[in-house]
Amino acid sequence: MFQIRVHGRGGQGVVTAADLLATAAFLEGKHAQAFPSFGSERMGAPVVAFCRIASSEIRLREPILEPDALIIQDATLFSSVAVFDGLSSCGYVLINSKRSPKEMGIGPSLEAFPSDHVLHLDAADIARQHIGRPIPNAVLLGAFAAQTGLLALESVKAAISEKFPGTMGEKNNAAAAFAYEQVRGSQASC
Amino acid sequence: MLKQIEGSQGVAEAVALCRPQVICAYPITPQTHIVEGLSVLVKSGKLAAEYINVESEFAALSVAIGASAGGARSYTATSSQGLLYMAEAVYNAAGLELPIVMTLGTRAIGAPINIWNDHSDAMAVRGAGWIMLFAETNQEAVDLHIQAFLLAEQLKCPVMVCVDGFILTHANDRMDIPAQEEVDAFLPTFAPAQMLDPAHPCSIGAMVGPESFTEVRYLAHHRQVLALSAISQVAETFCKTFGRSSGGLVHAYQLQDAETVLLSMGSVGGTIREVVDEERTAGRKVGYLSLVSFRPFPSAEIERLLKKARTVLVLEKALEPGSGGPLFGQVQQVLAGEVPRLFSVIAGLGGRAITRPSLRQLFSRAHSGDLEPIHFLDLDRSVLTAYDATLQDAFGAC
Repeated sequence: MFQIRVHGRGGQGVVTAADLLATAAFLEGKHAQAFPSFGSERMGAPVVAFCRIASSEIRLREPILEPDALIIQDATLFSSVAVFDGLSSCGYVLINSKRSPKEMGIGPSLEAFPSDHVLHLDAADIARQHIGRPIPNAVLLGAFAAQTGLLALESVKAAISEKFPGTMGEKNNAAAAFAYEQVRGSQASC
Repeated sequence: MLKQIEGSQGVAEAVALCRPQVICAYPITPQTHIVEGLSVLVKSGKLAAEYINVESEFAALSVAIGASAGGARSYTATSSQGLLYMAEAVYNAAGLELPIVMTLGTRAIGAPINIWNDHSDAMAVRGAGWIMLFAETNQEAVDLHIQAFLLAEQLKCPVMVCVDGFILTHANDRMDIPAQEEVDAFLPTFAPAQMLDPAHPCSIGAMVGPESFTEVRYLAHHRQVLALSAISQVAETFCKTFGRSSGGLVHAYQLQDAETVLLSMGSVGGTIREVVDEERTAGRKVGYLSLVSFRPFPSAEIERLLKKARTVLVLEKALEPGSGGPLFGQVQQVLAGEVPRLFSVIAGLGGRAITRPSLRQLFSRAHSGDLEPIHFLDLDRSVLTAYDATLQDAFGAC
């Protein structure tokens, strides 16, 4: 079983990100479960959502305490939320930020990780170029697919199209594909 | 058809497949997505039903009562304070023998206000005369709604399907949603046993005096006793029709030679099964019994399955201050004198997560006999110290 925790702020699409991951996994024939942290969600307040992906039925109903991967939609959370809690030492970290973890001063907690497991990209900026708004979701999901190899880009795009039919889905898919190729490119070069 | 959708959407689609003729809706977290999902289906023309937005939960169930008495298959949903607000109508629906189906997105009751999951709301109406079924998974929530309409109409008794708020209602899960023709074959068109019809005037729910009220209440109990076999039969028919096992009175897991058994209800079962597997791997003989049917209470089934156990832990998401866990009290009645050690565990109140580490510790303490008669799982005593001192000052040590 692979467990993903998504951190962000109310309004950024944290719950949607977890749902899209579950749908993408389902489309690949896998079992998946996504759920929010059930807080009193408000715009701007820290929000967490969870996604489990497995090859057989998922029975667990506890929050994800020991994630295999973190998707961090908002880099201003580090001072207020213990986002790295329980993260496996060979886990994945994906951060929406143009600054590297070291530049943000969170490097020490990530030094032990394999270097290609820790990734940051300016998802808001890529989203602006493709979607016209700084919504980081599609970019991060495309990057996540490339970073972890857990899901095919096509499954992520299909999940996005199902949730957002028409032009909005197409623009998000373009953003996801761009991020996917960018991450694949950076992996090939190192 | 396999789908990856929110639990609430799965319930809405299952209810729609049962072709309700009247749906009464009033929003309250965490059930709101269910009636929203139904409203979309009605608006789009996929479901031909009268969708009535009402002004309160009291009205929601009252309108369902009126519709059901008028001969329509009727449905509503609620949670928490909403259920309390409709409490008078909850008793009336059962007393009038109206086969209404209601989803309860289970949630704590305030004050203090709390929107998260526990079973306080369900426990508050446990004596109202409804059949009360608890879903362990979202698949079971879907399947229990289809079974609920059949049970309600066979038994002339309303059925409440209890689905854990947020944990199930807001979880995006894999569900197999049956085809319309499969549900149509399983659930016949509603043929009301009693109906207000101007062409054939009659009264439903006329006043009953002391000469007959005891007999009316006896029959209400008798109907629940009959429901015990009906619930099993409907679950069997469901399994034959749809090819999967859902519902019934209880789910037994690893009970054959179990010495220590955890008994509970609802969505916590999945996490408990994981821990039971761990315990078994470590060589400890533990098992799990999940109640699907809380009303009627399957006393004989519980006794049959647990009488050989040495320790039974009843884990429940409700507490009656001054008494304890209502589920524990009932299990104690059944097993006292047969099972040497019975423990009450209060857990998951107001949405507190029930985790594997907590359950492992619970089993460990049960094995060493180190549990209070009423054990509060993960109780943070550090925040109680100051309050305890105040109470001691006021009332003295006792």
